[in-house]
Amino acid sequence: MMLAWTIYISFLGALLLLLLPKGSVASARVLALLTAVACFAITLTTFAQHRTGEMLTVVRAPWIPSLGIEYHLAADGISLTLLLLTGIIAITGILFSWNMEHRAKEFFAFYLLLIGAVYGVFLSYDLFLLFVFYEIVIIPKYFLIAIWGSTRREYGAMKLVLYSFVGSAMVLIGLVAAYVVAGAKSMALGDLARFPFPLHFQMWAFPLVFVGFAILAGLWPFHTWAPTGHVAAPTAASMLLAGVVMKLGAYGCLRVAMTLFPLGLISPWGFHVLGLGSWRDVFALLAVIGIVYGAMVALVQKDFKFVIGYSSVSHMGFVLLGLMTLNQIGLSGAVVQMFSHGILAGLLFAVVGRMVYDRTHTRDLAALGPMNLNKAIPFAAVAFVVAGMASMGLPGFSGFVAELMILIGVWRAFPLLAICVGIGIVVGVAYTWRAMQKAFFAEAGTESIPPQPPLPPITLPERLGAIILIGASVVIGLYPQLILNVIVPALNSPLFEGLRKGSWQ
Amino acid sequence: MIAIANAQLLQLALPEVIVVVAALLVLAMDLLFLRTYRTRVRFTIAAAIASLGCAGAVFQLLLAQQQANVLDGMLVANPLTRLVQIALLILTILVLLISVDSTFTEHVGEYVLLILLATTGMMFLVASQDLLVIFVSLELLSLSLYILTAFDKRSPRSSEAALKYFLFGGMSAAFLLFGFSLLYGLSNSTSLTRIASAIRNLHLNGQHLNPLLVIALVTTVIGFGFKVAAAPFHFWAPDVYQGAPAPSAAFIASASKVASFFIFFQVMAVGFAGAEGSAAWSHFVPGWVPVLAIVAALSMLLGNLVAIVQSSVRRLLAYSAIAHAGYMLLAFVSHTQQSLAALLYYVATYAFATLGAFGVVAVVEERTGGDRLANFDGLSRRAPVLSACMFIFLLSLAGIPPLAGFFGKVYLFVSVLAVTPGPLGLLWLVVLAIAMSAVSLYYYLQVLKRMYVASPSAGSDRMQVPILRQVVMVLLAGAVVLLGCAPHLLLHWILEAI
Repeated sequence: MMLAWTIYISFLGALLLLLLPKGSVASARVLALLTAVACFAITLTTFAQHRTGEMLTVVRAPWIPSLGIEYHLAADGISLTLLLLTGIIAITGILFSWNMEHRAKEFFAFYLLLIGAVYGVFLSYDLFLLFVFYEIVIIPKYFLIAIWGSTRREYGAMKLVLYSFVGSAMVLIGLVAAYVVAGAKSMALGDLARFPFPLHFQMWAFPLVFVGFAILAGLWPFHTWAPTGHVAAPTAASMLLAGVVMKLGAYGCLRVAMTLFPLGLISPWGFHVLGLGSWRDVFALLAVIGIVYGAMVALVQKDFKFVIGYSSVSHMGFVLLGLMTLNQIGLSGAVVQMFSHGILAGLLFAVVGRMVYDRTHTRDLAALGPMNLNKAIPFAAVAFVVAGMASMGLPGFSGFVAELMILIGVWRAFPLLAICVGIGIVVGVAYTWRAMQKAFFAEAGTESIPPQPPLPPITLPERLGAIILIGASVVIGLYPQLILNVIVPALNSPLFEGLRKGSWQ
Repeated sequence: MIAIANAQLLQLALPEVIVVVAALLVLAMDLLFLRTYRTRVRFTIAAAIASLGCAGAVFQLLLAQQQANVLDGMLVANPLTRLVQIALLILTILVLLISVDSTFTEHVGEYVLLILLATTGMMFLVASQDLLVIFVSLELLSLSLYILTAFDKRSPRSSEAALKYFLFGGMSAAFLLFGFSLLYGLSNSTSLTRIASAIRNLHLNGQHLNPLLVIALVTTVIGFGFKVAAAPFHFWAPDVYQGAPAPSAAFIASASKVASFFIFFQVMAVGFAGAEGSAAWSHFVPGWVPVLAIVAALSMLLGNLVAIVQSSVRRLLAYSAIAHAGYMLLAFVSHTQQSLAALLYYVATYAFATLGAFGVVAVVEERTGGDRLANFDGLSRRAPVLSACMFIFLLSLAGIPPLAGFFGKVYLFVSVLAVTPGPLGLLWLVVLAIAMSAVSLYYYLQVLKRMYVASPSAGSDRMQVPILRQVVMVLLAGAVVLLGCAPHLLLHWILEAI
């Protein structure tokens, strides 16, 4: 199967980049772009051929026979959707890093290493393999931020790495325990998901593994790595972090925590604390707090990039809330939101980090306003307006479809929380509007000071990247069936049997 | 009167004999013919002869097939001991290759001789099930290591470290001997299996933990705890790691660890069988397992937390060694066949990574004059290959996949959790270990940050790296990556041997 080559090509590209002679910046970025395009082409071909969305084995070979661990790659509709997202973000990330000069070879090598590992996570069927790729992701993140980042980069990078590593440590404890309890014979997702773990085991293993993954998905109150990390990262790395890496966490929640320990999620504790009767209630509440809190905090930020950073927390709250609805529309909405937020967060970070910050060297909203950027770099203003509209959920864009589906799901599962979500959406409109206004349009009455020297115009790679991202969002917004057709069958597969038996409406 | 089959004994000890002959040959060659040559030439020739000797011993071990047990465990030969001996010899060869470019001494012959004598001690150590032989070979190993630590006569640090090592080592040897003498008193034998049956008899007589046995147990744990540098018997480690000449430190940190851990496991699991007790959560039963569980927990906590504040990379590696000793002691707590396999895999891959890390530190020290974190600034621009190797070694120590250290940890944790009866009883130790390895990533990243993020200090240009060292480093890094991606290559050997 070709799909496995996405991983190999990315790693190979990273290796080749390191072998390039010193100072060959242009060839480095062309090589990186070709690698990313090749991976995307492979994914797209498979996506076009494989329209049923059911689990498709890609590679299966014994790896560590004495432990029953296999090198087993497989993809279903959910992973295919996220693979597509990874491909798009990888390509556009390189386009938006076209001006990278400082240690460019290493930059793109770390970048491709990260991409390859992300492909690996989405493709892994064996949980040991999944964990291996999941941890490989951590190291390139650190160096991408610490070497090429800006504001407080070493602090942001270390914080992000420690949060990720603590999360993956929690996941490791849960996985090793599950493997041993299930008889230490197989690490395959399907085998472990079929094993009836005792209820009391699931009751502690579920929150452990779920939170471990959800840390990376920006679950409140473990989200604080996200804004600082995103702000410190260079543009392409912020795009990857918000666009893809946070999805790894959400994917892990859905794919591993929820399928392995469905009873831990669904079963009531038998008592109530503050009106919460099960882990499902707890995480639904945390997700809603994340939505509202992220939006509120985004509303008062002075730094443009922090606005986007907190908006990511808010939008990832929708994903986690969608997972907690446990009904088909809510769950598929969560997957669509993963895709949609990946695209839109990528675009927003690209506008802020590359188009605005690289030119003006400030992200202070108060300093940006007087520059009247909508005159100086109109393309950036247009791109931001479109991305903002899409992310606040205007019909016609992917954000609308996703949020609507999640809202319907929430309405069925937790009617009361749906109202809070509504508040979150309204605040979402407000912060996007405020940032747009302050960053691109000088306030009426104040003297606009055009930046000196004049800002360089938006380059072709930037335009191309923005158009790809907007295009992807519009396509999904107008024709969501494109991915829903593969997501829904995947959710109906035997893998999610345990969840369906619990409370699938 | 037991008839000793001299021929058989000699044949069993042939690998050790080869190493000793090589050692004497090195000494003779160096003293007789090579005195007038430059140090580097002398080191090259001495290391070449010594490596050939070790390679010959490896060859002999590979050819040998028989299972033997001479004189009630005085000398044992089976696939497992052979495997460990081969690992020790390979590590010795690598240390010899690293030491070729050293400049800290003129006494080349003696230095190489001592390394080979220590190797002989280790080989006898792992091939014995008898307290006397274990003690004598442990002393042969230790005495050689004390001198190897003191070998840099120009550096006061080196002498200080050696003195500390010697004093602590002497004391711990006394403890060990005391414990051994009590064990002899209990069982009338120095053979581990007989001691175990004597302990079992005590059990049958209703004396679950005889006070003498308790004292013997504690002193034995102290003695070996010192050898493996587990907290709270670790005080020598930071000074020795920092003061000793780099190849000596690398040798102490890698090969001697492998041998000590293996024999420690044998003594506890074979010799003290029947006095295990249990460290499972809320099922504590007195015995040596809870003692080692506490030692393991202390080592993990102390090693990892103190390593955070170190500014000398060698001391950092020393504290990380204490932490790793803690992880490895987990295998003792579960003391199954599987955990022995996990321990061997872990200690072998750990030895590779540490050896490599010390090799890199040695080069950096020679070129920049120190092993402070600041000396590593911008290393990735000054010596890209070396930095890439260090990157792999440190991340393997931190347990990042797909490197060998990661699989070592996971396999160890699985083997600890899978212990019957009552799975997950030892979960508290595994949780602690995983939490602490999350801490460890922080300090390993501090070093890598210096190498990859910080800019090189002004006026420094590309670093000249001795070609042989570079080759050894690349080989070690390759081994760490390979064993991480395909753990089964080594694992199936270990499992077959057990």
